[in-house]
Amino acid sequence: MLRVSSPHTHNRRDSGQIMRLVMVATVPGLLALTLFFGWGSLFNVALACATAVLCEALVMKLRGRPVMFYLRDCSALVTGVLLGLALPPYCPWWLVVVGSATAIILAKQLYGGMGFNPFNPAMVGYVVLLISFPVAMTQWAAPAGVLADQVGFIEGMRQIWGGVPIDGYTAATPLDVVKQNSSLLLDDVYTTDPTLSEGVWAGAGWEWVNIGFLLGGLFLLYQRVFTWHAPVSMLVTLTLMAALFYDGGSSHSGGSPLFHLLSGATMLGAFFIVTDPVTSAVSNRGRMVYGALVGVLLYVMRYWSNYPDAIAFAVLLMNFAAPFIDYYTVPRTYGHKKSRPATNKGEH
Amino acid sequence: MGSLIKTWEIPGGVHPPENKAQSLQLPLGKMPLPPTLFLPLNQHIGTPAKPVVEVGDRVLGGQLIADAEGVFSARVHAPTSGKVSDIKDSLVPHPSGMSAPCIIIEPDGADEWVELHPLEDYLSADKSELLSRIRAAGIAGLGGAGFPTSVKLNPRADHSIDTLILNGTECEPYITADDVLMQTRADEVIAGSLLLAKLLDYPEHILVGVEDNKPEAIAALQKAAAGTEVQVVPFPTKYPSGGEKQLIQILTGREVPSGQIPATIGVVCQNVGTAASVYRAVRFGEPLVSRITTVVGEALQTQRNVEVLLGTPIDYLLEQHGFDAQRASRLVMGGPMMGFSLPDASVPVIKTTNCILAPSKVELPPPAPAQACIRCGLCAEACPASLLPQQLFWYAQAEDYEKLESHNLFDCIECGACSYVCPSNIPLVQYYRAAKGTIRHQQQEKEKSDRARRRFEFRQERIAKEEAEKEAKRAARKQAAEEAKRKLAEQKSAPVAEQAPAADSELRPVSTAQAQATGGQPSRAVQQAKLERNLVAAQSSLTKAREPLTANEPGGTVSQEQLDKQQARIKQAELKVREAEKKLQQFQASSDTPTTTQEQDPVAAAIARARAKVNQSPEEKLRSSLESLYKRLSKAEEKAAEARAEGSDKADALQQGVDKLKEKIATSQKELDELAPSTVAQPSSASRSDADHASLAIEKAKAKAAAMATMSAEDKLRNQIESLKARLEKAQERLAKAEAEGDENVEAFRTGVSKLEDKLQQLNNR
Repeated sequence: MLRVSSPHTHNRRDSGQIMRLVMVATVPGLLALTLFFGWGSLFNVALACATAVLCEALVMKLRGRPVMFYLRDCSALVTGVLLGLALPPYCPWWLVVVGSATAIILAKQLYGGMGFNPFNPAMVGYVVLLISFPVAMTQWAAPAGVLADQVGFIEGMRQIWGGVPIDGYTAATPLDVVKQNSSLLLDDVYTTDPTLSEGVWAGAGWEWVNIGFLLGGLFLLYQRVFTWHAPVSMLVTLTLMAALFYDGGSSHSGGSPLFHLLSGATMLGAFFIVTDPVTSAVSNRGRMVYGALVGVLLYVMRYWSNYPDAIAFAVLLMNFAAPFIDYYTVPRTYGHKKSRPATNKGEH
Repeated sequence: MGSLIKTWEIPGGVHPPENKAQSLQLPLGKMPLPPTLFLPLNQHIGTPAKPVVEVGDRVLGGQLIADAEGVFSARVHAPTSGKVSDIKDSLVPHPSGMSAPCIIIEPDGADEWVELHPLEDYLSADKSELLSRIRAAGIAGLGGAGFPTSVKLNPRADHSIDTLILNGTECEPYITADDVLMQTRADEVIAGSLLLAKLLDYPEHILVGVEDNKPEAIAALQKAAAGTEVQVVPFPTKYPSGGEKQLIQILTGREVPSGQIPATIGVVCQNVGTAASVYRAVRFGEPLVSRITTVVGEALQTQRNVEVLLGTPIDYLLEQHGFDAQRASRLVMGGPMMGFSLPDASVPVIKTTNCILAPSKVELPPPAPAQACIRCGLCAEACPASLLPQQLFWYAQAEDYEKLESHNLFDCIECGACSYVCPSNIPLVQYYRAAKGTIRHQQQEKEKSDRARRRFEFRQERIAKEEAEKEAKRAARKQAAEEAKRKLAEQKSAPVAEQAPAADSELRPVSTAQAQATGGQPSRAVQQAKLERNLVAAQSSLTKAREPLTANEPGGTVSQEQLDKQQARIKQAELKVREAEKKLQQFQASSDTPTTTQEQDPVAAAIARARAKVNQSPEEKLRSSLESLYKRLSKAEEKAAEARAEGSDKADALQQGVDKLKEKIATSQKELDELAPSTVAQPSSASRSDADHASLAIEKAKAKAAAMATMSAEDKLRNQIESLKARLEKAQERLAKAEAEGDENVEAFRTGVSKLEDKLQQLNNR
């Protein structure tokens, strides 16, 4: 007869299922990416996943842990998927491999594996690549409809594997365009820039990619994989910041709130990166603060730094701050008058 | 009516599958008489009851078989007529599978009962009468904790109760015992509620809280409650709404302050089953001998609720319901969220047994292996106490007990909601239970060591004080002696000096010495008293050591080893008594003999001498010495004359002595002459500085004592370790000696040594 401690019953959802739900939720965004930017992202995701799983298995083997047991939680796959989505389509294969291996080995396993990493592994991988190979990392394919035809399968393969460059398949991202603009009114930019003029709110392709990730995020919220606190507060502060510096659409405008919400990696970041439970704050209140500060930092870096987009930097910086936020956001326990910083001795 | 009452929502909570339908398909069942009844003496929280029957007695149903021990206890009654076959330790329902004293009854099948004393007009009865009836019936909370009911109904005078809550929530999956009770005996529940309300001086609100997944129970209660002050309050189903604190929050919006009881916020909470039993106890005089228990699980052929006699073995109960041990994954007493798995099915049903769950392996599979915590926070969302379970888990793993306490570990009600939702299958509650246990244990240890430390510090302080006093005494004595010497010298050098003004200050050391000398006197009395006390203590410990031996011998169950130990203990105690007696005798003898007075004398003599010398003026002194010189001179002259007359050869020598004496007398005379006219007062600065010196010494000693008292914890520890080491060495020596001599107390010495070693180890570990 089994002798175990209560509770004896358990919810049927386990970590693996949560991870699989997260991967399912990336489908609309990935679909949009593929539709507008070609199959490069699909390839990135596949290669990053394969590398991530291999690295995870390797480390588990080295650490003498049951490999299959740990692979079954699918956390390595999620890291691979997120990194693959973040990398530019048709980037060289080694970029994906280096990024994915860095994410799993350096950012995750060296810290003790799942649950112990202080920084979001996918974002660490991304930042390592961005700093080490800035040129390769900023070559974004132009969205469909902007250029005459999309990159073909053979062409793409040759670029990925052989480093044979494709002619003129890239285009400045809308964030880049707005950032570089210093002479035109925003309305004029919208009409002159091909990417922006093809789109409705934030450039052709990009807005749909963001809407795709937003849908995926809403699905996860509905599935109660995470709470609304971090993503919503991030989007709110980003909107506020954008509204503050919108400037009525002048030549120095940072872009409209809607533009910021629907461009770059905003929605991917809000629903798939900021919501990473391991590296964010623990309480709901803490997650609100965490998300809000990511939103502020994101805008600050988009507007003032040299990088057009900055989800990875903003998230990593806030990963640093998460324990600090936790310290001040311990929730009020039942039967206690007020919450207090985590280090205060409990009153009895 | 009931639905109009406002309810609050608790944070967190989970919605596990309810699984309540299985046991509600059949009506409330009855059980045949089991062949044996095991009635634990402790079926409640508090002191175990004390048996009032003997083995072999025939008891009737409802007869008192074990009486309450104190207030926090509950009586036990025979559930049916039969023979008390044994009173011994037997397995009781407890997660540890421990045994505890039980009264074992073999029913005779006649089910004869004692005469019960009904009380028809109970609502006009006296409160104390009602309370004593409840106590007499042995009623303890039937909800799960088993708190003696009468205690809860006697709130402190400063707690004014404005709300009585009847808990009919039954939020645990599978359990339907209260549901069935409320459906079938709603009138008893309501009558019991009114009775409880009367005992609490009719609180403003009498609320019966029921989750909305029990519509039939709600309807029955509402029907029974119509026209009374009792309000039936349905609220949305969510686990763990039935927790006392949670239910209070749901029904009143108030929170029980951490570490306090509901009465502090004016609430008393009772289970509906308890209310019904209270009613039966008061109205019909029925003691609590049976209860409704849910018997449920896929490993059973029949799943239902049964009215079962307390003491019925679970395996008999299961047998009656077609239990298939092969199919069962485990046996749980209570629900799947908070119940505990039974290590053995032979344990009995007790007052708090609301459910026996025998799930199949498919129904409640063994727990999946735990994975790493991904800090998803689902647990924090599920926690009804707004704790951060993931942080608690983190700190529990790190054994960071301070952090655990600062994260309010002790506000965890162990409802299991966090473990239930954890996607990594981490048995969180188990970690919390273990950590709580460790912290409680540490607190006890700390209290113990604190007490020891205080004792040690007090002793150190006392020793230091004594030391300081001794030091001061010594200094004073020395000073008095020096003073006397100096005076003498002064008298020689300064023949005439005005003594009167100086005398005051010079007398100070003397009076100090005196005071100290007399101060020493009471300490002797104290010493004697102490010795006497020691003797009495030794004697009492001797009688104590003798006691269990004589008590145990007739039983014959005591092992030889135990007897040996006791004998050794007695020998030791005897030894101690003898020693104490000897010491006391010695002490008394010594204080009677003159040696002690002599011992005291030097002090007194010194004082006398010092005083005499100080009091004597130099003039007088000289005069007296002159007188004695004259006496000696006359004697010497006599002797010299004699010698000369006899023609002795000593005559010359004697004459020389006479001459010398004459010389001395001359100088003395001169000194005296000189002294007489000199009236210049020598301000005795020297003696004053001497007095200062003495007070300095006293100051020093005091400072030393103070330093000892305020020694840093580290120094103290070091001192402690040093003294322990010394003690250990001594003990080891003694042990070695004892071993060599084949002493019979070797064992005692050995345990002493090992104890000292342990202590030293503990100190070193700090």
